[in-house]
Amino acid sequence: MSFVNMPKNDLETTPARRHFLLQASALAASVCLPHTMAWAADKKSARRIVSIGGALTEIIYALGASHELAGVDTTSLFPEAATKLPSVGYARTLSSEGILALAPNHVIATEDAGPPAVLRQISAAGVPVTVLAANDKFEGVLDRVTRLGGLIDRPTQAAQLVEKMKTDWQRAREPILARKSPAPRVLFILSHSPGQVMVGGKGSSAEAMLHYVGAHNAVQGFDGFKPLTPEAVIAAQPDVVLFTDQGLNIVGGIDGVLRLPGVAQTPAGQKRRVASLEAMFMLGFGPRMPQAVTALDNALLKVMST
Amino acid sequence: MNAIAGAISLTSRFTTGLLNRPVWFLSLVLLLCFWVAAWAGAVPVTTNDWMVLWRHEEPLTSGAYVLWNLRLPRMFFAALVGAVLGLSGALTQGLFRNPLADPGLLGVTSGAACAAALTIVVLAGSGIDIPVAWRFWVLPVAAFAGAVGVCLLLDTVARWLTADSIAGLLLTGIALNALAAAIIGLCTYLATDEQLRSLTFWTLGSLAGGSWPLVATLSLLLVAALWYVRRLVSAMNALALGEAAAAHVGINVRHLRRRVIILVALLCGFSVAWCGVIGFIGLVAPHIVRLVVGPDQRRLAPLAMLVGAIILLVADTTARSVAIPAEIPVGIFTALLGAPFFLVLLTSVRKGN
Repeated sequence: MSFVNMPKNDLETTPARRHFLLQASALAASVCLPHTMAWAADKKSARRIVSIGGALTEIIYALGASHELAGVDTTSLFPEAATKLPSVGYARTLSSEGILALAPNHVIATEDAGPPAVLRQISAAGVPVTVLAANDKFEGVLDRVTRLGGLIDRPTQAAQLVEKMKTDWQRAREPILARKSPAPRVLFILSHSPGQVMVGGKGSSAEAMLHYVGAHNAVQGFDGFKPLTPEAVIAAQPDVVLFTDQGLNIVGGIDGVLRLPGVAQTPAGQKRRVASLEAMFMLGFGPRMPQAVTALDNALLKVMST
Repeated sequence: MNAIAGAISLTSRFTTGLLNRPVWFLSLVLLLCFWVAAWAGAVPVTTNDWMVLWRHEEPLTSGAYVLWNLRLPRMFFAALVGAVLGLSGALTQGLFRNPLADPGLLGVTSGAACAAALTIVVLAGSGIDIPVAWRFWVLPVAAFAGAVGVCLLLDTVARWLTADSIAGLLLTGIALNALAAAIIGLCTYLATDEQLRSLTFWTLGSLAGGSWPLVATLSLLLVAALWYVRRLVSAMNALALGEAAAAHVGINVRHLRRRVIILVALLCGFSVAWCGVIGFIGLVAPHIVRLVVGPDQRRLAPLAMLVGAIILLVADTTARSVAIPAEIPVGIFTALLGAPFFLVLLTSVRKGN
């Protein structure tokens, strides 16, 4: 259509036109579709789970239910086998149709999952969506294991896993609690790209891990993750700089860390004390949390002894 | 009967113009894109699945459910949002007589994004408990209010600064953009890790929320906007001669300006509110049309709408079917598919001249 040859003054609406508009809008608004999706008809007897969140996938593997996984998200990197499953993409940009195409009968997700509209669409299609909130307390992780075990009909395995984790936890925490040496001040740096360097402040997940290994978070000036500022780093005077393996690679190894603004003027920089652990291992808060505490503790002890 | 008569008069009214070749061509391309988009996707759809409306088979197969409840509304939504962006771009560029102007420049988009950012960070931080039923609406309504608010402010400030000058309006828009960007930056700083991630997602843009009620609302809005634009296009053409010249041929520039601004705010505010910030289309769709049919607003506005619809529909179809079962943010594809096409068109037009 084009507006050439249009009568210029067309302000008055005729009854017929009003009527037409009304009818058209009524028609548009009343698109009634059969809504009862019998996804049930597609359901096989076998459970098919789409797991969104690395820790949840890890727990499902630990409970011996990996054969029920129909798909996982991009953070499900452990165990290695999980990376072979269909990937539904990044947890925050899920696709309703993509997930439904995997014919799941349960979607289990962390609170990160989204967009909300997509989760609503999946629920509306008759596939239950359960959101299990993440937690950086050990008790919270145990609770998550128990709840997930209930969801996928493996309460006994979940109880066994919880018991095992508790034993491991005791073993991991004992030497830390018994230690008398002063707690090191640690600066945690998260880096996704060379230009984007963030520091873990109060209440960040990194701080939770530091407290469990008896270390101090050197940064107390702000909450959560914030961009690195040289003055804040110097003011924090950390004894150790802690990275994820991935982040350490991105900034260019230990020499790259020392080149970050401010780091060279701290005890950590002067003594080249840089520690790192694999990101999902250190901050996954899954079944490997006790081992992660031990590993982090060892890594910090090792650099502090230099 | 009355309604049918109305419909016939309406169509005959439009058919005079429908004989323009570009319209036929673009409509056909759009139909073809719809056809491809309907078959593309993660869940296989059979011809049978199309028939459920007439057959009323219960229970639905997964293909039928996905087609009618997810895929089709999303396709229509994508085309409508694209049309809205194309139209807004054409109007904005015409108003400023500046081919680089688009709603983003006006500050409309940033206004919406800014309001959304404030909502995500401040409202969540204040601990106000919103009833669950309302939560769905909070962000879109805020974004919409932000867009309209920016536009009203823009108009007031610009008029107070420099009566009737388009340059003043443009500069005010740029200043408001900077202000909005600063507020978004501040929100980014104040946001918790979790809020930050939802903030960044929201600025990426997504058409996943497309649903029939939304499609119906947006269709009505677009039809109403077209109705209104029809009466503005001749005046917009006069404005291309310059403000003084337009005033001499009896155009009330100030009125025209305010009408176009409010219209663009409504259109953009609504689309940004429901699918985040999708750039590029408002800027490029009118250009593509201008290269082919020239700057006459009477053709430019409706054709820019069609081109915008095609670009966004193709981009969204690609975004949801390239990485099955995952999905890629649509903003990536609008530029990825649109930019090369635009460049090719530019060079071919230059050669032709």
